[in-house]
Amino acid sequence: MSDVADRVKKIVVEHLGVEEDKVTENASFIDDLGADSLDTVELVMAFEEEFGIEIPDDAAETIQTFGDAVKFITEAS
Amino acid sequence: MFDLTGKNALITGASGGIGGAIARALHGAGASVVLSGTRVEPLQALADELGERAHVLTCNLSDMAAVEALPKQAAEVLGSVDILVNNAGITRDNLFMRMSDDEWQSVIDVNLTATMKLCKGVLRGMMKARWGRIVNISSVVGAIGNPGQGNYAASKAGVIGMSKALAYEVASRGITVNAVAPGFITTAMTDKLTDEQKTGLLAQVPAGRMGTPEEIAAAVLYLASAEAAYVTGATLHVNGGMAML
Repeated sequence: MSDVADRVKKIVVEHLGVEEDKVTENASFIDDLGADSLDTVELVMAFEEEFGIEIPDDAAETIQTFGDAVKFITEAS
Repeated sequence: MFDLTGKNALITGASGGIGGAIARALHGAGASVVLSGTRVEPLQALADELGERAHVLTCNLSDMAAVEALPKQAAEVLGSVDILVNNAGITRDNLFMRMSDDEWQSVIDVNLTATMKLCKGVLRGMMKARWGRIVNISSVVGAIGNPGQGNYAASKAGVIGMSKALAYEVASRGITVNAVAPGFITTAMTDKLTDEQKTGLLAQVPAGRMGTPEEIAAAVLYLASAEAAYVTGATLHVNGGMAML
């Protein structure tokens, strides 16, 4: 697994308080990992800080799963 | 009670009567304050009076780029913004039939849109901190209307609705969002009224007098305190009984 994926997973695990093995490629933050809509906003904030990138609101809305996040951040950073 | 030691507050419209009183109250309770407004001289005079823990950041709230920059500047000066008091407001009164688009829009921009942008600008830090207090200054006019103030009434009613919606969204993060709705308070804004107008207004106030800026500041201080953690989405009417809502 890539370095980006490891760091994203760490943030997701810490923020949502879920088991690491639940955070799979297609795991939806809201449907599978128990996040509410505000959690997803906070996750994006955490990604921005961890990776020193800006994630615009319209892009943030497309980040629904762990895989989406890794893909977006890999392309942006 | 109401100890704000270690908390950092941003207050807009701090050069005005009510804003100045709010700044004094929060500062007096131990908070560090950023005083924001358009006129640097009265802001600096107030900062000098308060001494330590008081900073000045001028900002014209009709300039949306400046509005968006203000929360960041305040966080740089203070380290964080834990308490936001959206007090700044303008009036451009006219009869509804004569009200120009510009009179309408300028009041909505400053009183409602700038308030929204400042709330948005401080939320990130408050969400991370799991603590925040937003107090938006509305007006009795937003609740009961006033002839000649269609724009002002709309903006102040808008502030109440917006505060409630935001309060819903962020309550789980330890952030409260409330409004304070002053009645007729002795300030530069009400000094413009004629004696005849004042007499007419006071006839509607059971307390029989105008309120003081300090009486508004006391309400804000309460809502900004740790003690008010379970109060959110509320509108605290401070109006001498003029409108019992």
